[in-house]
Amino acid sequence: MTVVRFDRRARFVHWSTSLLFFVALVTAACLYLPFLASAVGRRSFIKDLHLISGFGLLVPLIVGVTGARGRALRAELGQLNRWDDLDHKWLKSAGRDKTAPAGKYNAGQKLNSAFLLGALITMLFTGAIMFWHDLFRLEWRTGATFVHDWLALALFVVIAGHIGLAFATKSLSGMLHGTVSKTWARHHHPRWEP
Amino acid sequence: MSLRGNEQLIVQPDAEPTGTPIGRRVVLGVTTLGVAGVLFGSVIDGPVNRFVASLTGGNDSPINTLLPVGAGFRIYTVTGGYPSRTTDTWQLTVNGLVDRPITLSYADLLNLPQSQLTRDFQCVTGWRVEDVEWSGVRLSDILAKAGLKSDATAIRLYSFDGSYTESLTLDQAQRDDIIVAHMLRGQALPREHGGPVRLYVAPMYGYKSIKWLDRIEVTSQVVPGYWERRGYDVDAWVGASNGRSDDGIEGSEIS
Repeated sequence: MTVVRFDRRARFVHWSTSLLFFVALVTAACLYLPFLASAVGRRSFIKDLHLISGFGLLVPLIVGVTGARGRALRAELGQLNRWDDLDHKWLKSAGRDKTAPAGKYNAGQKLNSAFLLGALITMLFTGAIMFWHDLFRLEWRTGATFVHDWLALALFVVIAGHIGLAFATKSLSGMLHGTVSKTWARHHHPRWEP
Repeated sequence: MSLRGNEQLIVQPDAEPTGTPIGRRVVLGVTTLGVAGVLFGSVIDGPVNRFVASLTGGNDSPINTLLPVGAGFRIYTVTGGYPSRTTDTWQLTVNGLVDRPITLSYADLLNLPQSQLTRDFQCVTGWRVEDVEWSGVRLSDILAKAGLKSDATAIRLYSFDGSYTESLTLDQAQRDDIIVAHMLRGQALPREHGGPVRLYVAPMYGYKSIKWLDRIEVTSQVVPGYWERRGYDVDAWVGASNGRSDDGIEGSEIS
């Protein structure tokens, strides 16, 4: 028996954002890491790819939640946003406390999604400051570079963790196919009533 | 999401989410930290970099060739990889509107009067490496050797990567803090930094400091360089159009 976990629209937003993030990450590495910068070069072209993927990163999400058809996805964001007492309890024990069962999203997923949204917004405006550098005073560009660099490293770690957990908890197929088994749902998200 | 005034009209029971909006607070918190980082990052950037450098073992440590944390240089190249010339095969040609076109070998360059200057290397996007020591020959001395014709007003510089070019007005090119550099921090200029010889334009953003210098052409007008054709300022004074309160231009010695 399977139940729907992510509809087509949610999966489209997830995977198109993932693709853009992957392009932004790989091009960032080619711009930033000396050994890759030397091996790949072509700074102008790589920079353009980084700009397109970076500026486009939040477009799938924005399109996804817009309009009448975005209603279901807006409701998902509402669920990710709201924490109850059991979510706090879940987070404190990192999910080990079985008296704090998770809903459709556990507190770790809620924290991850909120951090990612905040971080991507921050990457967007710090990137914009570096791109339209004529418009901003140099101190702000130095600050923007500082934030963009360190936050990129943090994002890399968090996304690596996200991917690792997707494999470890066998959550990946839910995002790939949209459905999960009832057994899986009961085990990982007992309070979720699909 | 919450339409409190119209609450009565909403029939959907699941439209009103319950619980604390922690997610929204996290998003706003991260974004606010980001804004604070933009505003004050230039103040903590230096101390953070020095701290990281003390952990990684300094600017030339192996970790800085992997990751430019701790104020390492970012390595830029616009072609596929680094062009290669040794000190034996490298030559600098000065031609165009000059009295006598000249070609300098690496040995010729070392035989000219040398100058050192210690300055920040400042990229237009914001990153900088503090107090970098450069050594080489003043650009003005090299131009004087070739002799400038009366209609000369600017120079165009070419890289032996085959793509990168730069430009300076003659007034700019006569400054004492623009050198044809062959040493970085007391070592022969490494290939990734533009070795064996590059230009170092201390008062301007890094893109003016053309790497892998090959040829200087004296011209009758400024010809915009590689990034300048892609929208960057030709006159790229550090802090001139964008305020910088710390010592970007002033404050270090020319010897």
